[in-house]
This record gives sequence, C-alpha cells and structure tokens, in this order.
Amino acid sequence: MKHMTEEELIAYREGVAEQRAVISEHLAACKECREELERIEAVLSALDTLPVPDPGADYGRQVWREIAPRLAEKPGRWWQAWLQPRRLAAAGAVIALIAGAFVAGRFTNRGGTGDNSASKEQVRERILVVAVGEHLGHSERMLVELSNAAANDPKQKEVNISAEQHRAEDLLQENRLYRQTAMQEGDAGLASVLDELERVLLDVAHSPDQVTPAQLEGIQKKIEARGILFKVRVVNKELQQRQEANEPAPSQNGTTKGERNKV
Amino acid sequence: MNRMPQNVDSTQAIAESDAIAVERTLAGDRDAYRVLVERHSHNVFRLAYRMTGNRHDAEEVVQEAFLRGYQKLGQFAARSNFGTWVYRIAANYAIDRMRQRQKEDARREAPRTESQDGMEDDPLSRVKDEAPTPERLTQSIELRKQMEQALTALSEAERTAFVMRHWEGCGIEEIAAVLKSSSNATKNTVFRAVHKLRLALQPFVETRAQARAMGTES
Repeated sequence: MKHMTEEELIAYREGVAEQRAVISEHLAACKECREELERIEAVLSALDTLPVPDPGADYGRQVWREIAPRLAEKPGRWWQAWLQPRRLAAAGAVIALIAGAFVAGRFTNRGGTGDNSASKEQVRERILVVAVGEHLGHSERMLVELSNAAANDPKQKEVNISAEQHRAEDLLQENRLYRQTAMQEGDAGLASVLDELERVLLDVAHSPDQVTPAQLEGIQKKIEARGILFKVRVVNKELQQRQEANEPAPSQNGTTKGERNKV
Repeated sequence: MNRMPQNVDSTQAIAESDAIAVERTLAGDRDAYRVLVERHSHNVFRLAYRMTGNRHDAEEVVQEAFLRGYQKLGQFAARSNFGTWVYRIAANYAIDRMRQRQKEDARREAPRTESQDGMEDDPLSRVKDEAPTPERLTQSIELRKQMEQALTALSEAERTAFVMRHWEGCGIEEIAAVLKSSSNATKNTVFRAVHKLRLALQPFVETRAQARAMGTES
C-alpha cells in the first residue's frame, strides 16, 4: 500500500488538502498513516496550549482612545490624516531630516574630492543626532516630572497625570519615527534604546488621567526598574559628544555606534 | 483551529452591521468607526500577538491597523467583510514589524556561528540539540519555551501562514493575498511551517506524553 506523504497529511489536518475524500478513505484503512497523523496532531495540540494574554474587557475602548486623536475628520483621503497637528509635527521632523540631508549632500558634493558618500552619511547622521537628542531631552524631562510627581496633600485620593500622559502620547509618535529611521540607518544601539523608551511611553500613554497614589508609585517603580532614565541620559550624552566631535572636523570618519551598542 | 466559534447568523449580522458602520463613517460620522474599532480590536490583537510574539508589538500593530483602515476606508469594497479586511492590514503591518524586530535582534546578538562545513547555523538545529531530559520536560514551562523558540525560528511568511491558517482559520486565498503569493505557494508555506515545528517539537511532545503515561507528570 502506498502511504500518504507528510505534506498530504499536514494539508489534510490543516484543511487545505485537495483530495480530502481520498485521504480520509486511506486513513480509515491504514494504521501507519493514522499514527503519523496522530503525531502531527500531538505537536499542533501542544501549540494550541500557548496562551494569548487577555488585553482586558476595556481594550476596544482603549484602542479607540489611542487612535481617535490621530484620525482625520473624514476617512478615505490619505492626505487628510497628514494634516492632523501631531502628524504634521512628526512629518515635519522627518521632512526636516530628509531636506537637511539633501541640502547638506548638495554642499558636500561641490567639494568634489574624497569620499562623497561618506560625507553625506556624516551629515545625515548629524541631523539625526540633533533631532533625536532633542526628542530624548523632552522624553527625559517628562519622565523626571512623572518620577517626582506626588499628591499635594497626603489625604488626596487621586493624582492628575493627564499632562504627562498627553506628552507621552505625542512623544510616542515621534519615537516611532526616530526608531524606524535609526533602524534604516543601521544604528542598532540607538534603535534598541528607542524601543525600550517606546514601551515606557506606551505604558504612560495608556495610564488613566487620574491615578491613585499607589498606582502612581507603580508607574514610577516601573520607570525605575527599567533604568530607562539612565539609558536615555547616557545615549543623549553620547549623542552630544558625537555632535561636538563631528562639527569641527567634517572629514573625520569615526563613529561611536559600536560604543553605544554596549549601553 | 481556534477561530472564535460563531454561528452563520451572528457572523452575517455582524457583517451587515459592519457594512452600515463603514457607510456611516464614510459619510463623516467618526463615532461609527469607534463601533468597528471596539468590535474588532480583540480579534486583531490575538492575530497580532500570535504573529509578533509580544504584547508591545501586538498593541502597536492593532493601533496601526485601525489607523490605516480609517485612512484607506474609501478603498474598502462594500461587498467585503470589514473584519477580514482589517485583519489583512494588521497581518501586513505585523510582517513589517517582525522583519524590523529580526533586524534589531540580529544586530544586538553576536555574529552568527558557522558550522564546520561553512553552512549557517540553523536556529532549529539549536532547538533540537538541546537533548530533552525527563526532568526538564516535566515542566510545562520548558515546553512552552521550546514552542516559542520554534515559532520564532520560522520565517515571517511561514509564521504568518501558520498563524492565519491554524489559529485564525483564514482561507488560503486570504493568506495568499497577505503574502503576495499564489495559492499553491501558500499551501506549501503552511506545510513548511508545520514541518519545521514538528521537527523542533516532536521529541519534546513525545517525551512529555511518555512521562504522562508513566505517571511522572501530573
């Protein structure tokens, strides 16, 4: 008797087999193929036990709260979404990066000597360094304020962190763009720190406007446990040094990406 | 397959109600989109989590899927199902996110090792090399770790095809559209995914079954 191939049995199990009736008939008569199918089934059943976290009953509303401020008045026209103030700010940052790199590239081209691509690379990196440095500075200030926030009165039942929450939402947009740019530029160390920062910003942006002192303490402990303030400061300092080192000697090719990867 | 069981009537009722919400949104009623977001967020989150393997990325995928859905709503064909459509947007974005995550992880890790014959070290072979000991296998947490590693070792296309077919019960044509591939190639991708998962996990699953049979694991 010709047995079924593994491919046929997997297709049968996953409901994509073309000759389902033929395979069913064969399985009814062939113990060996039935056992093989059971072995496949055992692996798939084990995989079915992998849990998916429950995002909570309120999740749909939470998603809406996150995206609603970023939606245009009317859907369907892609350019309208970019007219939202937040998107405009984020898009502006990226346009500034591209335009800066282009203009700088034109200037470095006129030199005509040496390695132009290396110069362009340096200029683009310098612009990214300045923009990201500013973003990290804003993020650091927000996190410091949140870390130091406390109830004015010990009897106060709730603390209003809506200002920090809204700032975290705005910073989240920028952070995403900078992380993606850093990835494209091959700056893994910076992308990694921005990724960690994004998780913290996401936590803060997801927090309610009013929190109890205990909830606030929980948020503060999370920030502290992740050591994100320290990492942000180290990277920001390093970016400043890179900026200073690059400015007086544009021909210098050295990069400190490797060093930051150690953070 | 784990897709949420729904009878035909309720599926049709939801699709009709979705179609009305889409029309109202297109007419300028932004709150109508809220209904769609609240109705489909959980399902999209489940797909995104299974594809990306972590909550942070899954949440980003959900938000981005609904944002892109809103921006492209004018292109949505009324005869389609909104749930299926937003699923496809989420799956596409999840693939981008997985790709990005792999690049980040690869850069963070030390350079990949090469075997003696100069071939790149296959992550699946690393899973297999860890000889299963009965002690380790009695812990379900260990098996879970192996399963997560085996899923991570799949390519983005394989993971997408497996998640969408096995866990979400999507049709081959739907998966093929996400993968920008033919039906036959997509079926083949599903096969490759299950084959690789089997290679990586069967020894662990069998040893656990034996331990259970001998009563050494509860």
